[in-house]
Amino acid sequence: MIKEYQTVTGIAGPLIIADRIPDAKFDEVVDIELPSGEIRTGKILEVDGDRAMIQVFEGTEGLDISSTKIRLKGRGLEIGVSPDILGRVFSGLGKPIDNGPQIIPEKKLDINGAPINPYARDYPNDFIQTGISSIDGLNTLSRGQKLPIFSGSGLPHSRIAAQIARQARVLRGEEKFAVVFGAMGITFEEAEFFMTNFRETGAIENAVLYTNLANDPAIERIATPRVALTAAEYLAFDLGMHVLVILTDMTNYCESLREVSAARKEVPGRRGYPGYLYTDLAMLYERAGRIKDKPGSITLIPILTMPDDDKTHPIPDLTGYITEGQIILDRGLERKKVYPPIDPLPSLSRLRDKAIGQGKTREDHPPVASQVFAAYSRGREVRELMVVLGEGSLSDVDRQYLKFAEQFEKNFLSQGENENRSITDTLDLCWELLLILPREELKRIRDELYQKYAHGKR
Amino acid sequence: MTNDKLKMSNGGRIIKVAGPLVVAEGVPKARMADVVKVGKNKLIGEIIELKGETASIQVYEETAGIGVGDPVVSTGMPLSVELGPGLLQSIYDGIQRPLQELLKASGDFIGRGIAVNSLDRKKKWDFTPKAKKGDKVKPGDILGTVQETSLIEHRIMVPVGIEGTVDEIKKGSFTVAQTVAKVSGKEVSMLQHWPVRKPRPFANKLPVREPLVTGQRIIDTLFTIAKGGTACIPGPFGSGKTVVQHQLAKWANADIIVFIGCGERGNEMTDVLIEFPELKDPKSGKPLMERTVLIANTSNMPIAAREASVYTGAAIAEYYRDMGYNVSLSADSTSRWAEALREMSGRLEEMPGEEGYPAYLGARLADFYERAGYGVCLGSDQRKGSFTIVGSVSPPGGDLSEPVVQNTLRIVKVFWGLDYALAHKRHFPAINWLLSYSLYLNNLEDFFKEQVADDWSNIRADAMRLLSEESELEEIVRLVGIDALSAREQLILFVTKSIREDFLFQSAFDEVDQYTTLKKQYYLLKVIITLYHEALKAVEGGVELDRIKAMKAIPQIARARLITEAEAENKLAQLASDVVEEIKTLKGAAK
Ligand SMILES: Nc1ncnc2c1ncn2[C@@H]1O[C@H](COP(=O)(O)OP(=O)(O)O)[C@@H](O)[C@H]1O
Ligand SMILES: [Mg+2]
Repeated sequence: MIKEYQTVTGIAGPLIIADRIPDAKFDEVVDIELPSGEIRTGKILEVDGDRAMIQVFEGTEGLDISSTKIRLKGRGLEIGVSPDILGRVFSGLGKPIDNGPQIIPEKKLDINGAPINPYARDYPNDFIQTGISSIDGLNTLSRGQKLPIFSGSGLPHSRIAAQIARQARVLRGEEKFAVVFGAMGITFEEAEFFMTNFRETGAIENAVLYTNLANDPAIERIATPRVALTAAEYLAFDLGMHVLVILTDMTNYCESLREVSAARKEVPGRRGYPGYLYTDLAMLYERAGRIKDKPGSITLIPILTMPDDDKTHPIPDLTGYITEGQIILDRGLERKKVYPPIDPLPSLSRLRDKAIGQGKTREDHPPVASQVFAAYSRGREVRELMVVLGEGSLSDVDRQYLKFAEQFEKNFLSQGENENRSITDTLDLCWELLLILPREELKRIRDELYQKYAHGKR
Repeated sequence: MTNDKLKMSNGGRIIKVAGPLVVAEGVPKARMADVVKVGKNKLIGEIIELKGETASIQVYEETAGIGVGDPVVSTGMPLSVELGPGLLQSIYDGIQRPLQELLKASGDFIGRGIAVNSLDRKKKWDFTPKAKKGDKVKPGDILGTVQETSLIEHRIMVPVGIEGTVDEIKKGSFTVAQTVAKVSGKEVSMLQHWPVRKPRPFANKLPVREPLVTGQRIIDTLFTIAKGGTACIPGPFGSGKTVVQHQLAKWANADIIVFIGCGERGNEMTDVLIEFPELKDPKSGKPLMERTVLIANTSNMPIAAREASVYTGAAIAEYYRDMGYNVSLSADSTSRWAEALREMSGRLEEMPGEEGYPAYLGARLADFYERAGYGVCLGSDQRKGSFTIVGSVSPPGGDLSEPVVQNTLRIVKVFWGLDYALAHKRHFPAINWLLSYSLYLNNLEDFFKEQVADDWSNIRADAMRLLSEESELEEIVRLVGIDALSAREQLILFVTKSIREDFLFQSAFDEVDQYTTLKKQYYLLKVIITLYHEALKAVEGGVELDRIKAMKAIPQIARARLITEAEAENKLAQLASDVVEEIKTLKGAAK
């Protein structure tokens, strides 16, 4: 018999306090029943004596002290999964919202998951071709990687994420592929953009969508990425699929966390975000990866908008400390009409070096990428110098670097939203650009490779 | 109260659960820092505060599902490590549970309440006695040895607390728990326990005198770390902390490496696990894994165990140091440990200090780094050992004024400051040469003189001077353009570009470049410094700088770092004399 308590003594922000509820467990799920019969979902954040602090996912609006009923569920928050979740749309808490049938669960999974044993991991070193030159060539994505997009409001992160979802493939072999999409607090238009995209490309059949929109309860967002990742783990490690997870917008998620933390009157960390934000985000992001002897994988692309385009803001900062690199969008490039406006210099893929080169992409890839970085960075310095001192102050080599930077932005960074470049095209393009510079400047490229690729082309 | 709970009432019971902090009352024999078992799943925890009848406990496992009234029992033992053969090549979590055993117990995802031994109780080791019956022994004396890996001989020492005459000593194959000797009536096995938070003593500490050679040019030549020294690597994300730590773990000329992944990425540990067995020790040709102990408490594993992980690592490192080895410990990242402290302190509702860190943050960091050192080990044979600590620091937003960086800088003697701007240019290692320092250079000067070259410190000083002049000159160029500089100043910019790109830049992923011996480092830099001195004379004698820039030797210098070690000495000495010759011809032509 499930016991029912009508012992709420306080309501504050997204939290309720219940007394005389001695059986409550830490992190346990509760049903909260309103007089209208409406049932909300809560989670126990703290137990102290016979008092429990409960976070209400749907918010506390309309709850009162005397008539609210609480039922302990004796378990954590779970979702039911089965292969039928593919092609379906769910709420941010995992309830179907597409008028389709209820899912008959094959099993129920706790949305918190459990940490992957580092000893069980397999290293993500399979090159994924996204067809986007600046990612494939310079900041390569691997299968099983967690690579966020750091964006700003108004920048085309959704278009880029959708393009990646459309075009991503591995060079060898065809395998089962799925997309899990978790939306936290984004607008209806943005969500619709992804849906339309998935529908038009037929990807919807292999997609699962969890959506919490801007007008949905904010606290529910805390559950959404966990729900999405739990589904992804099932698809990847039970069904053996290669799953691409897109989570957008992580900034909204973090704000919900901050709201709960403030309501709990915790000592705030930087900019009011809780001190445990790093750990909290790590528990999400680290669910990406590969596991030895299992065919599937989870590749994770979280999207976040940097408040004030500031990379040192706690959300991008802590994310960058956890993820295996970051793709950074730049407003300056956007203004120059560069699509995708990815600034390669502060962007990074930490797994690149293990995913490229001989036998993976092409033998010249590592030194070419390194050289292109150095050259573009020098080109940008020259451009700044020119702004201050005028063109007359530039040496001949400076001018060549300047030309490199211009051409690089125009021909390499820029590409069509439906343009799907092969890695060979991307690398050949790099050579074309590098040949703008004299041989002595290309210090990172050995003679053998230079002869083979530079002169081979000329 | 239910029957169930009444039965438990002879143990302690939980009165509060807040994340990783559990408060219990009435825990029998509760002592500060003792390990307790929490709840019906027997989760592992440690008492971190006692107030009257209540004990605050940090729990090393996820506490979901724990509630008020659940039992708590004390093990009566402080948090300890198991020490003995079998540590090498292991990978442990923060409280020394072998990840392989956790995998066997709960599969790919880590379960809870799993109690496993740190050292294999079944494996047999060949014990060769070194002490004889009748010998007088004291703590630290070597009773016998075990070939733990083909690289490392494990020395079984008389544990602290045992002293007297060897009554009996065995020879043959034993498990770690079996008795191998009797000393004054006490049985001694190959297994010892040691409380992690207590430093293992030296007989006496000595000033450091040898560099820990890392094969990383900017580190060895400019900002040297000593065997037994301490260093920190602060830097924003993506600036290269982990790669430097991995390079050290791979190439440093320590006998033993302890690598702690503290609150960082799972895949970085996987990387080490896959790569190290493949990599060969440059000296012996044996797999590097054979000298390595890994501790992985990644960011998604329970936060309290992060705090324990650095101590677990230190105790293991000290144990090998006691055998007379040079041990190097990498902690990546100490910030995550500090954050774990902050988290627990917050839950204990302690008075927060700067940025919410507890007031004792500085003291904890100091105590930890103080465990490093070089000196005489316990034992009659006066053997010496060293323990080097290198800690990464991950400052929020890359801001070096934050408390963990500042408190660390107060203690450590070497500072490798990583730089966003360099990393963005992909200049690696992105160690900022103007900011960084080593306070060991004086101690180590003799070593370099004797072992490498007489003029080592001059060459180094020249390079440092040029680099600092470069930054001033660049400032001028930014304001008024390169034409405002004299020929000499323009030459400096030309030479420092070469120092940066051809010497300091070092790829961790290039077969040849990833590791450079001290000799090759010296010759490489010597070529560039020679170029500077000779070219300076030439330029002052009227030779145009453009002629210098067009020299045949210049592209050779640019690729010299990729010359193999075998050829380095010859080729680089040749290159230096080519430089001199070529400039001589230029001077001749200018007259
Ligand atoms: N010495 C090096 N050689 C080549 N690449 C490097 C080197 N150091 C760092 N990198 C590059 O920088 C990336 C980030 O380095 P990492 O050590 O992971 O940074 P951090 O630990 O500071 O976040 C690496 O994935 C690699 O691509
Ligand atoms: Mg790192």
